[in-house]
Amino acid sequence: MVLVFSDDDKLCLEILSKGNELAKELSKKLTAVIIGKSDDALARKYIAHGADTVVVAETDLDSFKAEEYTGILENILKETKPEIILIGSNKNGKELAPRLASKLGAGCVTDCTNLYVKNKKLTAERIVYSGNAVAIEQFTSRPNIVTIPRKVFEPLPKNEKHSGNIVKKKVEVKKTASKVLKVQEMQTGDVNVEDAEIIVSCGRGFKNKDDIKLINELAEVLKGRTVGCSRPIAADLKWLSEDHWIGLSGHKVKPRLYIAVGISGQIQHIAGMRDSGIIVAINKDPEALIFKSADYGIVGDLYQVVPKLTNAVKEKMG
Amino acid sequence: MNIVVCAKQVVDVSEMKVDSSTKKPILQGIPQKISDIDKNAIEEAIKIKEKHDGKITVVTVGPNDAKERIKELLAMGADEGVLIPYSEKYDYHVVSSLLAGAIKKIGEYDIVLCGEASIDLFSGQIGPRLAGLLNIPQITYAQSVNAEGVKVVAERNMGDKMVTTESSYPVLITVTKEINEPRLPSLMQILGAANKPINEWSANSLVQDKLEPVIEIVELKGVPMERKNIVYQDDLDESIEKLVDSLAKEGVLGG
Repeated sequence: MVLVFSDDDKLCLEILSKGNELAKELSKKLTAVIIGKSDDALARKYIAHGADTVVVAETDLDSFKAEEYTGILENILKETKPEIILIGSNKNGKELAPRLASKLGAGCVTDCTNLYVKNKKLTAERIVYSGNAVAIEQFTSRPNIVTIPRKVFEPLPKNEKHSGNIVKKKVEVKKTASKVLKVQEMQTGDVNVEDAEIIVSCGRGFKNKDDIKLINELAEVLKGRTVGCSRPIAADLKWLSEDHWIGLSGHKVKPRLYIAVGISGQIQHIAGMRDSGIIVAINKDPEALIFKSADYGIVGDLYQVVPKLTNAVKEKMG
Repeated sequence: MNIVVCAKQVVDVSEMKVDSSTKKPILQGIPQKISDIDKNAIEEAIKIKEKHDGKITVVTVGPNDAKERIKELLAMGADEGVLIPYSEKYDYHVVSSLLAGAIKKIGEYDIVLCGEASIDLFSGQIGPRLAGLLNIPQITYAQSVNAEGVKVVAERNMGDKMVTTESSYPVLITVTKEINEPRLPSLMQILGAANKPINEWSANSLVQDKLEPVIEIVELKGVPMERKNIVYQDDLDESIEKLVDSLAKEGVLGG
């Protein structure tokens, strides 16, 4: 059996798609797990997107704790005995999967970007060394646990005719010594760099927070309206919120057009935007690493280049 | 307060080169260092010790030369080092089992601190695996830690949410790079570190059964970044005109 779990519904649909493919190839069934309040509509949605069975572990937990979720999944695994366990790679999933793996003595690959069966072994690829290499890893014993980030796989089209059963199960949760005191939504505004088609990004080349308006204007005329940034701008200077942060530890993006302004091109940043369609770099240092990762580049002072570029784009687009 | 910090010796990723013909990363001859975020874990341990007293033990699984790296952490302020020399095949299952064995041998501990992930492979597995093996609560992705007498409260960056979690001791905490700025040891501290003990504990003194990896890396392949690399650097107005024309031809302007 292939078992799928994520507390992010959208991500769960994407993983179900890969789970469905693996299950077919291995002639196994596909099970999705929901932990929390019973939700028939969601369970039916998972079935329509490929699940053969949905196990609903009914609990009254109001927040996620890896210890408790590990306990619940361990219980479900004892009965279902899956060979492959796919978990959504949001932060919750990334702290859940290795803990679960330790309890089972199982192998685990986190943030997998490709997954297939080769020589009868489940084979997972993941990006390592700050985006400089891809490690191809194979499981040598069972079960196999893999976490998958958003947007790696496409959900299957909805198929209302696909039938499956919903199994509800009351679960006892072992209390642990930790307690969630507060959950605060990060200020997100309406920024979603991961879904953006066009992104203009800023880096350390900017001297003041106010100067970011230069790229706001460029983003606006490009009809992209999405502004990204490198680590220092979000994490150190905090000129922009972390929703804008593109890189290995930030968001991974693949817009049609990515314009990096005043960004030196550290590999950690490249790892977040390397899959973009066309990459443009603007930097005053002709030796800047970013030019190696760009399709087009302009060497020049961003304070001169960006306003001129904004005007030129405005004219071109009419 | 007894604190155990797990630290990993890694290749300095910023020094890594890619072989231009095979496109594979070159790992030989690259300088080694303690993974950056593990230094944040040490720094946090030192801060907690400054407040509550106690002892900081650093544990590393790795080659013999990792001793030199452990000395840096002793200079920063750790009290004692443990090196578990290991030259056989390993994965996260093997390493976390060895670390758990060492922590059990240390015996009394209140906090185990780890970086959220190592900068080379960035899997983020060791922290949660260790917490699982030790059967203690885990607080991951901590951006701030406030250790008090009987409990610790941490603010955690969980992506779209900031989660505040409290736990009694013992607890495992993984920290992010933002939590602090690791200190640079003074010359006196560097010299003083030479007198601090680094114990070597063999793998088979820590775990009874032979450890077998459950995953193997079968291949490390390069990631070719094939880009056009057209750079305009002459007259600015001309450059901009050419760029805009190119973008229009690529079909990425508008719509």
